[in-house]
Amino acid sequence: MAARKPAEKSNVSRDELLKYYREMLLIRRFEEKAGQLYGMGLIGGFCHLYIGQEAVVVGLEASAKEGDKRITSYRDHGHMLACGMDPKGVMAELTGRIGGYSKGKGGSMHMFSKEKHFYGGHGIVGAQVPLGAGLAFADKYLGNDNVTFTYFGDGASNQGQVYETYNMAEIWDLPVIFVIENNQYAMGTSVKRSTKSTTLYGRGLAYGIPGEQVDGMDVLAVKAAGDKAVAHCRAGKGPYILEMMTYRYRGHSMSDPAKYRTREEVEKMRSEKDAIDHVRDMLLQAGLATDDELKAIDKDIKAIVNESAEFAKESPEPPLSELWTDIYA
Amino acid sequence: MATQVLMPALSPTMEEGTLAKWLVKEGDVVKSGQILAEIETDKATMEFEAVDEGTVGRILVAEGTGGVKVNTPIMVLVEAGETVTDTPKAAVVAVAASAGEAPASVAAAPVAAPPAPVVAAAGWPHSDLPEGPTKTMTVREALREAMAEEMRADPTVFLIGEEVGEYQGAYKISQGLLEEFGPRRVVDTPITEMGFTGIATGASWGGLRPIVEFMTFNFAMQAIDHIVNSAAKTLYMSGGQMGSPIVFRGPNGAAARVGAQHSHDYAAWYAAIPGLRVCMPYSAADAKGLLKTAIRDPNPVVFLENEILYGRSFEVPTDPGFAIPFGKASILRPGTDVTIVSFSIGLTYALQAAEELAKEGISAEVINLRTLRPIDYDTVLASVQKTNRCVTVEEGFPVGAIGNHIGAVIMQRAFDHLDAPVVNCTGKDVPMPYAANLEKLALTTTAEVIAAVKSVCYR
Repeated sequence: MAARKPAEKSNVSRDELLKYYREMLLIRRFEEKAGQLYGMGLIGGFCHLYIGQEAVVVGLEASAKEGDKRITSYRDHGHMLACGMDPKGVMAELTGRIGGYSKGKGGSMHMFSKEKHFYGGHGIVGAQVPLGAGLAFADKYLGNDNVTFTYFGDGASNQGQVYETYNMAEIWDLPVIFVIENNQYAMGTSVKRSTKSTTLYGRGLAYGIPGEQVDGMDVLAVKAAGDKAVAHCRAGKGPYILEMMTYRYRGHSMSDPAKYRTREEVEKMRSEKDAIDHVRDMLLQAGLATDDELKAIDKDIKAIVNESAEFAKESPEPPLSELWTDIYA
Repeated sequence: MATQVLMPALSPTMEEGTLAKWLVKEGDVVKSGQILAEIETDKATMEFEAVDEGTVGRILVAEGTGGVKVNTPIMVLVEAGETVTDTPKAAVVAVAASAGEAPASVAAAPVAAPPAPVVAAAGWPHSDLPEGPTKTMTVREALREAMAEEMRADPTVFLIGEEVGEYQGAYKISQGLLEEFGPRRVVDTPITEMGFTGIATGASWGGLRPIVEFMTFNFAMQAIDHIVNSAAKTLYMSGGQMGSPIVFRGPNGAAARVGAQHSHDYAAWYAAIPGLRVCMPYSAADAKGLLKTAIRDPNPVVFLENEILYGRSFEVPTDPGFAIPFGKASILRPGTDVTIVSFSIGLTYALQAAEELAKEGISAEVINLRTLRPIDYDTVLASVQKTNRCVTVEEGFPVGAIGNHIGAVIMQRAFDHLDAPVVNCTGKDVPMPYAANLEKLALTTTAEVIAAVKSVCYR
C-alpha cells in the first residue's frame, strides 16, 4: 500500500470529520477495552478485534440510510458500533451476560440487532455472503430501495459460495454491496500465499459485477466509494463490489502469535496509515478543531467505553432457564 | 422382420405412462432418431424417439391412452414390403388386445409388466383423517396444492430452486405454479445449492417466507451449512430477535436404482438438530396438511418427501382449513399385540406387514410419526404400554437411526411395559448399490418387518 498523500483540501465539513473521528475512536477504544477484558478472563472463547480497520465501517455507514442492512463475519464489533448499536449491549454480549444483545447466548461472533438492521455476526467464513444477498433479495421482492452492505474478508474471498452469490446477485440485480475488507491476512495466510488473483474485486468482473479498490484506511475515500456503490444499487443496477484495502493491527484472534508478519510491517502501517490519525491531522492542520476539542472527545469516548465495560461486568449471567428459550419461535 | 416398439421407462420410478400423442401414423417411414410420440410420465411429458428404422405397420395403443405399463408394445415397425399380417404372433395378439382401446386391455397385453403395487392406490385405511368430505389425490398434487394455497394466502411466500419454474419442476411438484404466480414468486436458480440456500435463508430474515426446493436432499448436502448453522441456530444466537421462517423441501431417501449418491435418507441427521422442525409425510393428506403447517410455521422446517410416494393416491380432506399440527402422530391401523412405529415410505412395509400378520393372528398397531422433530412420544408410549412390544421401520442407515432413538425413549420411559427388546428395521449399513437385486437387499422389506414382529412376539 502506498503511503498516503498529504491531506488534501476537500470540502468535507468540520462536523463530518468530527463525526468520523468520534466514531472511529469509539471502535478503537472499545476494542482495546475488549482485549483488556479478555486478558482478565471476563471474555471467553474467540474474540476478533477490529483495530486498524475502523475507517471501513465508519465511512460506509456514512453512506447508508435508514432501512439499509448490514451483515458481516465474526470480526463484527466495529460494524455493530458503527451502525449505532449500544456499546453496553455489545460489551455485555462479549462477557456472556443477560444484558448482551443476544442475552449472552451468541457471544462475540454471533450478535444481531433487528432494530438497527444488523444481521450478524457469522462464524462460518463466507456464509454471510449469500445471506446478505438474501436480505437484498427480500428488499427487492418487497419493492423498497434499501441496500445491504455485505462485508467479508480476503480469506472468505476464496470460498465457493461467494461466487455462487455473485452469479445470482447479478442475474437478479440484487441491491447488495459486497465489501471485501482486504486486511491482507486470512488468519495467518497472506493474500499472496492464498491466490494468484490478488485483485479481489476483479473477480466480480467475471460475473458482470462492477467494482473498485479503495484505500480503506482513508475514511473520506471510503465514504466517496460508498456513495457511488449505494447510488448504483439504489438505481436498480444490481450489485457492486468495494475492495477495501485495510489492515488489522492486532492478531487474527486473541490467541494469535503473529509469526506470519513482522513487527516492522505492523508498525509501519500504524505510523503511516492510521485512519484515526489521518482524520485527526486533517482536523488540526485545517484548523477545523483544536487539540483541546479532540481531547474532550477522547475523554468522552473513554467514559462511554468504561461505562460499557462496567455494565458488561455487572450485568448478571443469563438465568439458567435461558438455556431452553429461543430455540423455536 | 417386424419389430415391436415398447412403452419406454422414462424415469427411474416410472411404472406406467400416458401415450399423449402420436407424431407418426400407420404407413409412415421412420428413421432412427425420429420422434415417434409424446409420452407423459409421472415427472414430465417426454418425446420418444425411434431407435430402429422401418415403416409404421400398426399403432397398438391409441393416443390419449393412460396407464400404459412400461414394456407394453405400443407400435409395430415393419420392413419395406412387409405387412402387419406377417408380424409375429405376439404382436398380433397385442393388436387384438388394443382393439378395444380400453387402457385395462392394454395393460393386459401379454408382455412382462411390473407387478402391480401391493398397496392399493386408494381405499387404504384413513383412520387418521378428521371427519368430513375427502377427495382422492396423489402426494404430488397434495404438495402442489399446499404450496399454491399458501402462496395465494400470503404474498411473502415464494418458491425457489432448480427447475421449479420453466421446467415445471424436476418431479412436477411445482407444475403450473410459474403460470399462476409468475417469475417473481417462482424463482429458477442456477445449479448452486449452497448459494441459493444461503440467499433464501437471508430472505427469510428480510421479511419473506421462502420455500426452497431441493431437486433431491442429496444435493442439500452442499447447502447443509446454511440449513443448520444459518437457519436453525440464528433464533437462539440472536437471543430470540431473528427467526428463519423457511421451508426446505424435496425428495429424500432411495428412489429406484439411482445409486449411492442419490439415495441417502437424511431423516436422522436433520432430526438431530435443535431449531429445526422435521416433517416426513407418508400420505397425500400428510403431505398437504403438514406442508401447510410448515409454510405457516415461524421456524425453519426440513420437509423430507419420498419420490416413490409422489405418484401414490390417498384421500385428502377438502376442508380448506385442513392442516396437520407438528408433533402429532397418527395411528394408521389399530392393533393390540405389537406397535410398529414408522414414517414416510417405511409405512408401506409396516402396513403390508400388518396385513400379513393379521392373517396369522398377530394384531399390529401401526403408528405414523409424521414429524420427527418434534416426535410424538406420547402416542408411541401409550401404544407400547398397551402392546408391550415395538418394532420400528425406516429406510435410513442403522447407526444413529430414528428407531434407535425411539427404542431408547421407550426403554427409559416404559421399560417395565416391555415384554421384548425393541427391534429396529432399517436400511443396511452400506452405501446404496445400483444393481436391482442388491438395492432391494439394502432397503428394509416387508419380510424383515414380519420377521422382526414375530421375534418380539416370540412366535
